[in-house]
Amino acid sequence: MRAPAESFPAAARRELANVQLRTNLRKATDTIRDKRARVVGEMPDWEDLRDAGRAIKADLLAHLDDYLLQFEEAVQAAGGHVHWARDAAEANAVVADVARSHGADEVVKMKSLTTDEIELNDALAEHGICATETDFAELILQLDGDWSSHILVPAIHRNRTEIRDLFARTIAPGIVSDDPRDLAEAARLYLREKFLAARVGVSGANFGVAETGTICIVESEGNGRMCTTLPRVLVTVLGIEKLVPTFADLEVFLQLLPRSSTGERMNPYTSLWTGATEGQELHVVLLDNGRTRVLADDVGRQALHCIRCSACLNVCPVYSRTGGHAYGSVYPGPIGAILTPQLVGIENAASLPFASSLCGACYEVCPVKIDIPSVLLHLRTRAVSARAGRAERAGMGLVAWMFSGRRRFGAAQRLARLAQPFALRLGPLAAWTRTRDLKPMPKETFGEWWRKR
Amino acid sequence: MVAQTMSAAREEILGRVRAIPRAPSGPIPRSYRRAGTLSARERLALFHERVSDYRADVRLIEPGEIARTLESVCAERGARRLAIPPGLPAEWRPRGLELVQDDGLDPAALDALDGVITGCTTAIAETGTIVLSSAPADGRRALTLVPDLHICVVGETQIVELVPEAILLLHDVAVDRRPITFVSGPSATSDIELSRVEGVHGPRTLVVLVAKETT
Repeated sequence: MRAPAESFPAAARRELANVQLRTNLRKATDTIRDKRARVVGEMPDWEDLRDAGRAIKADLLAHLDDYLLQFEEAVQAAGGHVHWARDAAEANAVVADVARSHGADEVVKMKSLTTDEIELNDALAEHGICATETDFAELILQLDGDWSSHILVPAIHRNRTEIRDLFARTIAPGIVSDDPRDLAEAARLYLREKFLAARVGVSGANFGVAETGTICIVESEGNGRMCTTLPRVLVTVLGIEKLVPTFADLEVFLQLLPRSSTGERMNPYTSLWTGATEGQELHVVLLDNGRTRVLADDVGRQALHCIRCSACLNVCPVYSRTGGHAYGSVYPGPIGAILTPQLVGIENAASLPFASSLCGACYEVCPVKIDIPSVLLHLRTRAVSARAGRAERAGMGLVAWMFSGRRRFGAAQRLARLAQPFALRLGPLAAWTRTRDLKPMPKETFGEWWRKR
Repeated sequence: MVAQTMSAAREEILGRVRAIPRAPSGPIPRSYRRAGTLSARERLALFHERVSDYRADVRLIEPGEIARTLESVCAERGARRLAIPPGLPAEWRPRGLELVQDDGLDPAALDALDGVITGCTTAIAETGTIVLSSAPADGRRALTLVPDLHICVVGETQIVELVPEAILLLHDVAVDRRPITFVSGPSATSDIELSRVEGVHGPRTLVVLVAKETT
């Protein structure tokens, strides 16, 4: 996976200047947040579902090798082919091989963060294979060479007139109306031709069931059903953390995911299939690409519980202002701030764990109870220790030494009283007091008062 | 060569996982609702309300009225040629319409039809969901996907209250390797400025006829 090209503060400063982005984002995050709160509020057992969701994913990760083998066996027994990929290049090579072996120079693709993560479309293009994005928003971004700013509504930073103009230039010459209804109709007509002709479909997956080998996708538009049903050949790319142990576990996630994600009681379409179905050829690619590295960190591994609902984005005071591009990754927002640094290595995304006020709203809405603030703090520690020899570490060492002796501590208190008028107002530390008041030091410490009695 | 790389990848990924000390994990707490508490009448009312919330057309009818209602629904919507799965009960089939039985129609042929009539395997009241599983009256997946109008007949006794009750029923379907599709309202997108548009790729119109139990 690609590391962010620039630091979060630098990217955020640029994104904050984009007024349209901020307006659209505010509207989107507020609306989805309210819808979610309504449908979560009507569930008397929501907290029980969250506890179950967290426990199921913890159990999965504790026995991941067993569940992977069980899943592989079940898929193979049902006539599917299972491929393993250590990294993006291996996964992309499998998809390209399958497409080539069927003589396809075009594949239809449903929205999938995992295939975005491995940059599948670019890799296929190098093999002369064109991948058409069929999710409405993903199609818009693909036609314009743009990229996603929100997990759920990727083109939320674009307005209807921009999209109308884009369609007029590309798939619907002469289109005049910018009514979303007419724009959706234009996309429907353009993509229907593609669906009816496609020989190879590519999908991600929301869940894979180890017990039965069943794969599950949830969606709204029906493009996922098109991609997984009509082509004779289907390739599904699945992160190894997307498994659930048993079919019954779906009863938990199919309640948690739609309510957390779109704020609906259920999304329009959920598809489940097991192995080669209705005469299709099925290939499943099990992808590592940094996931085992996340698994090795006993605090950070809970990031692998994530079911990609995007509820944490919508409640985050940082994300709802900067938008997704500032995170420089296909995984934006609070979950991205803990997942991206772990996937690409903390040294390659050291600013992301700091892209948070630690308010904890993300933890409260997370359907699988990922304690994002704790993981952020844990990663901050790792980011700081990765930068050995810096002034910050020397300063902290000095403070530790000062606090560890009673006389030293008393002397420091007296010094602080004297230095009060100019301390933290000069040099690099002035950045701290530029926007904050420094609490005045007491005229007398408790220790001094006690000794006088 | 590719096969060799593949098995090397498999061994290496499993090896990486096994090198990590196993975290302790206990039993899964399943204190959420797994069985409904509503009466049959309340369950029916809830299903009706929740399907309507998705802007689907829902009608409660007597079991003897299925064929006649199908005919009038199609007349209202100007649909004349409709696909049906081979296992659609004979007494449901309306006479005044051209019914095309699906014996493996290709996608283009499906695209040329006005709609499709099916039954379902189960339905969920709390979420307003109908569940298709390639049973004889459900049809295969493409049948309920390509045509623009889907009319689904649900028997009152097929409705369960909660998602876990449906998943329990569907376990054997998954073991039999039959595909399953949950349908909750018509196809929809909110991708442009978050304004909802019904109907992108799936059927833009969903009609659910709930046949009451005779008492």
